Amino acid sequence: MNTARKYLFFLFCMIAVNAPASIEVYEFETEEEEQRFQLLIAELRCPKCQNQNLADSNAEIAKDLKARVYKLINQGKSDTEIVDYLIERYGDFVSYRPPVKPSTWLLWFGPFALFFLVGVFLLWRTNRVDKSTRDLPDLDRKKLQQVLSRYSNEKNTPEDK
Amino acid sequence: MAEKKTLIYLLPLLVFFALAGLLFSSLGNDPRLLPSAKIGKTLPDFTLPSLYGDEALTAESISGEVFLLNIWATWCPSCRVEHPVLNQLAKEGVNIYGLNYKDNAKEALSYLKQLGNPYKIVIRDDSGDFGLDLGVYGAPETYIVDANNRIVYRHVGVVTKENWISTLQPLYESAREELSVKQVVQ
Repeated sequence: MNTARKYLFFLFCMIAVNAPASIEVYEFETEEEEQRFQLLIAELRCPKCQNQNLADSNAEIAKDLKARVYKLINQGKSDTEIVDYLIERYGDFVSYRPPVKPSTWLLWFGPFALFFLVGVFLLWRTNRVDKSTRDLPDLDRKKLQQVLSRYSNEKNTPEDK
Repeated sequence: MAEKKTLIYLLPLLVFFALAGLLFSSLGNDPRLLPSAKIGKTLPDFTLPSLYGDEALTAESISGEVFLLNIWATWCPSCRVEHPVLNQLAKEGVNIYGLNYKDNAKEALSYLKQLGNPYKIVIRDDSGDFGLDLGVYGAPETYIVDANNRIVYRHVGVVTKENWISTLQPLYESAREELSVKQVVQ
């Protein structure tokens, strides 16, 4: 009896409770529209949240914006029109693809500029090191020869002594 | 040569100070504050009911005066915090219009009955559609709107005596001055 109850208990433990992740259900006429919707809400940023897209956010404003995007898709608006519509209201913050303009130049071109600068610096450095070894003064060259020959004499000809 | 070497050894220290300066200057920034995309633009069009009575309000019907547009709701705890300040400002003669944002009219009415009503006009935006057109992303928000319905400023968060005096009041007053100059010219 006891074991039967135990088994029954574990059996019940295995029943999965369906937790609905979201109560908003959007139905689309075509598959293409649904894909566009999913892409848009993944690329649009929730203004209330610090770093979350509309798709992931449960904030009230994110729900409203999703509903508006849905409405705009159904009105036959294009993706750029929808993004512009939201930028007009919420600013560039709302888009995860910031537009190219003076205030975002650093963002767009900064990494390339940095790459270029580091490249130039490295080239300059290697060139400088090469030159400094090539342009030894004659005096140093002589000294170097002497040292080298002494070193090789010590090392290679101990048996001769 | 020696100078060059010192410079190279000093470089990490300089980089450190530059970085520290950058981080320090951003320390006071609140990343939750978004710049409004609507500054300098006119108030978006709307046709919405008033909280009091059935009269329909439009952007045109509320234009003609400089006012504060305060976005509030009964579900918003910070709105309760700023409410006494708004009451005080209204007493001092500041023009405050309210936008009851995504709220329940009954609760909103009893809230104002209980805490006092600083608003000359209360617009009811149950769906939040007008709020969305305005770029509202939470409550409370307070907009300064000039006599031509142009949005001068947006304040996100609680209005306090301090930020009223330091930022909101000067903008509000200068918008009013502009209006009075215009009226004198006409």
